[in-house]
Amino acid sequence: MIESIPLEYYLILSGTIFAIGSVGVLTRRNAIIIFMCIELMLNAVNISLVAFSSFLGDSSGQIFVFFVMAVAAAEAAIGLAIVLALFRNKRTIYVDEINLLKW
Amino acid sequence: MSSEFILLLPLIIVGVMSVISILVDAINPNSKNSGYYLSIVSIVAVGGFALNNFYLNISGINLDGANLITSNMLSFGGFSAFFDLLFSIGALLIVLNARNYLDTVKTELNEFYNLVLYALAGMMVMAHSNHLLTLFIGIELMSITFYIMAGYFRFASQSVEASLKYFLLGAFSTGFLVYGMAMLYGSTGSMFFPEITVAIVSGSANNAYLMFGAALMIMGLSFKSSAFPFHQWAPDVYSGAPTVVTSFMSTAGKAAALSAFIIIAKTIIPMGFDPTGLESAVNTDKLITAIAAISALTMLVGNITALVQKNVKRMLAYSSVAHAGYMLMGIVANTAAGWSALMFYAVVYTFMQIGAFIIVGLLERDTDKNLEYDDYAGLSKRQPALAAIMALFMFSLAGIPPMAGFFGKYYLFMSVINTGHLWLALIAVVSSIISVVFYIGLIVKMYFTDSEDVEGESLPWNASRMLVFVTSAVVLIIGLNPGGMLSFIKSAL
Repeated sequence: MIESIPLEYYLILSGTIFAIGSVGVLTRRNAIIIFMCIELMLNAVNISLVAFSSFLGDSSGQIFVFFVMAVAAAEAAIGLAIVLALFRNKRTIYVDEINLLKW
Repeated sequence: MSSEFILLLPLIIVGVMSVISILVDAINPNSKNSGYYLSIVSIVAVGGFALNNFYLNISGINLDGANLITSNMLSFGGFSAFFDLLFSIGALLIVLNARNYLDTVKTELNEFYNLVLYALAGMMVMAHSNHLLTLFIGIELMSITFYIMAGYFRFASQSVEASLKYFLLGAFSTGFLVYGMAMLYGSTGSMFFPEITVAIVSGSANNAYLMFGAALMIMGLSFKSSAFPFHQWAPDVYSGAPTVVTSFMSTAGKAAALSAFIIIAKTIIPMGFDPTGLESAVNTDKLITAIAAISALTMLVGNITALVQKNVKRMLAYSSVAHAGYMLMGIVANTAAGWSALMFYAVVYTFMQIGAFIIVGLLERDTDKNLEYDDYAGLSKRQPALAAIMALFMFSLAGIPPMAGFFGKYYLFMSVINTGHLWLALIAVVSSIISVVFYIGLIVKMYFTDSEDVEGESLPWNASRMLVFVTSAVVLIIGLNPGGMLSFIKSAL
């Protein structure tokens, strides 16, 4: 029997990816890259959920992941539409170049 | 028809009607009225059945059947029925007001009314949630709809910019919220709120994961209710979005976020729970102090930044941040008195804030003109009725005694004083006094400053102007009989 990977390893991986995603959101200036970083954060959470679900022997965590993915897809559809609308208005998608409202 | 089915009806109606109304619009794209009337009919039906459920709950009917139909993922009780009613009243005011507002800027589309229904569905699922999954879906359904609504004027860069800002920061905060949910699940081994509470009270929860998860969830919910330090998006989004959308987001949307906050606080900070003597001491009561600090800072920051605003819409946006701080006091108290005070304030706030925004919308020109303080100079000469009612709303928002806003604040202050947070009540009093300056400043501008154009244009007599009188009457009536309103709310808990 193979010794299984401990829960903490999954959580550390998930936490690291989450941190990379949040740093990306705070430092990047391109709206689409910011959005990709947000997707990275959500997928990092999915790793935690699946790991917990597997270690608890309870399937609801894995089902939650499907819903997170579905919501992320809906968010992507809305987000790209908003970015497109912004580009039509301002000819830019860099968040530091849009300053009608104080950021 | 079994009583379980009646309890489910508000959610079924809003879910089915939001889909039907978008289909009707697709089949018959030239219809000018279908979206408007369909949404009014469905919102009134939702509100009616919610009121019915509220009284069914008081009459002591057994609600387990309805909970079982949804596998206990949704809960049906007085609390959720009350919020269903509040959200549908808010949505109805928005829909009725939107027709005139959108007509003046020539952008009335059936989609708007459709989106109101989707947002309403999301809010109701939040208030009904009994499982992390339903809470997540409710929050996202509401938020995603708000991202679209904020950018409703897609040819106005200000509106689209507000939408992008709201979207990026909202999705960012969703990441924290979901991470918190995952940690809560990992710590307690369940996603059902009652089971999470049991795991915490029995001490079987993993303390480190629990505290981390709870802190992340409080962060996520603070964002949704625009509390410090996650309030930065609120003034920008509220002032960039169309006024009618702002009035929806800052009232019903905030009440929904706070209803979810109450549910989560109830779950992770069980009332009267003493952690001493447990093997793995779970100190979730420390989180109360954190929420108290968030509440205090939110009202101070909101009110102090509102002081320096020159734009009435932006001032109302900052004041809405401050009001989120006041309402968080009900969660700090963490007692039935605190929650009922929060719910009372949510009702009062919904009416006075929507009323004030309707007046702002009536005076607004070309989507973002005529919103400065100086544009309100001499309003009492040009529009005596509107100026008088605006003054009433300002007095109520500031919490001047005979108004409903005063009693809302009074109940909130008493609830935190009774649970030993005197310092928080003192900060709240100080920030209320600060807020008087800019609320009264607007009244002074309207009544004691002269402007060049004495004539003023005559506003058409339409539904929005009627709503101004309706909302002001409700604020006055609640102000005259606060006890009746409070006992109505208390019967829900």
